[in-house]
Amino acid sequence: MGKRVQADITANPTAVALDEATVAFRLADQRVYTAVEKVRLAVEDGEFVAIVGPTGCGKSTLLNVAAGLLKPASGSVRIFNAPLAGLNGEAGYLFQADALFPWKTAIDNVAIGLEIRGTSRAGALERAQDWLTTVGLSAFGNRYPHMLSGGQRKRVGLAQVLIRDPKILLMDEPFGPLDAQTRQIMGNLLLELWNADRKAVLFVTHDLEEAIALADRVVIMSAGPGARIIGDWRVRLPRPRDISEVRLDHEFHALHREIWGVLKDQVMKGYAQSAG
Amino acid sequence: MSKIALLSLQLLVAVVALALWQLFATVPVFGRLLLPPFFFSNPIDVGSQVVDWFSSGVIWKHLLITLWESILAFAIGSLGGVLVGFWFARQPLVAAVLDPYVKMANALPRVVLAPIFTLWLGLGIWSKVALGVTLVFFIVFFNVYQGVKEVSATVLANGRMLGMSERQLMRHVYWPSALSWMFSSLHTSVGFAVVGAVVGEYLGSAAGLGYLIQQAEGVFDVAGVFAGMFVLSAFVILIDLAVTRVERRLLVWRPEAVESRG
Repeated sequence: MGKRVQADITANPTAVALDEATVAFRLADQRVYTAVEKVRLAVEDGEFVAIVGPTGCGKSTLLNVAAGLLKPASGSVRIFNAPLAGLNGEAGYLFQADALFPWKTAIDNVAIGLEIRGTSRAGALERAQDWLTTVGLSAFGNRYPHMLSGGQRKRVGLAQVLIRDPKILLMDEPFGPLDAQTRQIMGNLLLELWNADRKAVLFVTHDLEEAIALADRVVIMSAGPGARIIGDWRVRLPRPRDISEVRLDHEFHALHREIWGVLKDQVMKGYAQSAG
Repeated sequence: MSKIALLSLQLLVAVVALALWQLFATVPVFGRLLLPPFFFSNPIDVGSQVVDWFSSGVIWKHLLITLWESILAFAIGSLGGVLVGFWFARQPLVAAVLDPYVKMANALPRVVLAPIFTLWLGLGIWSKVALGVTLVFFIVFFNVYQGVKEVSATVLANGRMLGMSERQLMRHVYWPSALSWMFSSLHTSVGFAVVGAVVGEYLGSAAGLGYLIQQAEGVFDVAGVFAGMFVLSAFVILIDLAVTRVERRLLVWRPEAVESRG
């Protein structure tokens, strides 16, 4: 506990701080592939940061490092000023792929996060029902994941993560597989939930428009291997935002043009590599 | 096609087959019977034998014995398969060391074990149960092993990020995944439990459906052999229906009732 108190004293503690983090994988043929190299990234408490980069640049790798699912080969990871050892207990992780437990109903999927912590089943179910209502699925509690649409599954996933009230939210292209309209609706839902208590968010996406519309800061990564952070923009669009309206804002366009100018080269490089 | 139309077509197949059998077994074609009664009996004799068994009540004892043996073989084999499957999947070293022996044991035709089991366990039900267990065990074992090993990496990572301990992962992730694989092979393993019981009885026993068939065969009572076969088939179909019901209850969370008979 000592460490926690100390961390809280700091005026605005950095939620996630990666310092010179390098992640390397050993390939099947024993060569070493460096996914990300010497990345320095800080997410302040209450800040919404989006990471954008070409496909295969190691955005998800970075997220897994922050989650503690991957250990960097070198460099340090600090969570609220404490060095990260093992899994990041302060973080909730929303995965790109389906991560719900297929053998549990929607409400059980949401309640499980509390149950494993020792909350009574009745209490956990009650809270889970509240969360299902919050994400607009109050009537779908007893459905199994395969009976829900892709968007509904993401809503359940969001409730599953948020019911534990994590201090940090890690999101790996969570709305990637959804259609355009559902993505906008989900984006607005996310912003609405985030606005309520402003957690630190690290949001990975390949969609620059989505990143600008959602985030306070947009971070651009170069194409891999050895991807680095090559740009960092502050988004000064007013909040609360509506995703579909903010896209019409001319400041949005100016920022988009500016960032795209940098991102474009990397995207082309990324494509050339994956094609070759 | 409507359910009733399908059912009547299915019945029609049985009626036509039985009628042809009766016809060729009783009416000479060009001076001789195509299906001599000594080898083929005829549906009416077989039917009356079945009716006789049920009206006198002899059959119930044999049916109950076979059912009991099947249930025991299924229960013990499944339990063993689940435990060993889990153990192997969680201890890769154990799995690697014992792998060739498991393959050897599984390659062995189980019928050759029957005399050994009779020698060890006597002519009672346990030698039949043991034979059934050797069949059921491997099916359940392989499925559970696969089920534990093939848990989706994302679902597992999600469990970890939600704060699950190893024990909680076992209960909420590995266990349901393994069970779903086991249930998807339920038809096969239940079928093999019955096969073990009947083959065991056939090779040496004092009761059961296999015993009835073997006795009839011993006195060249072809009608008795066919009657035993029909009762056995009906028995298996009823068990299969029950399994389908159970399966539907247990696997509601699955996209579609995946059925593996392999």
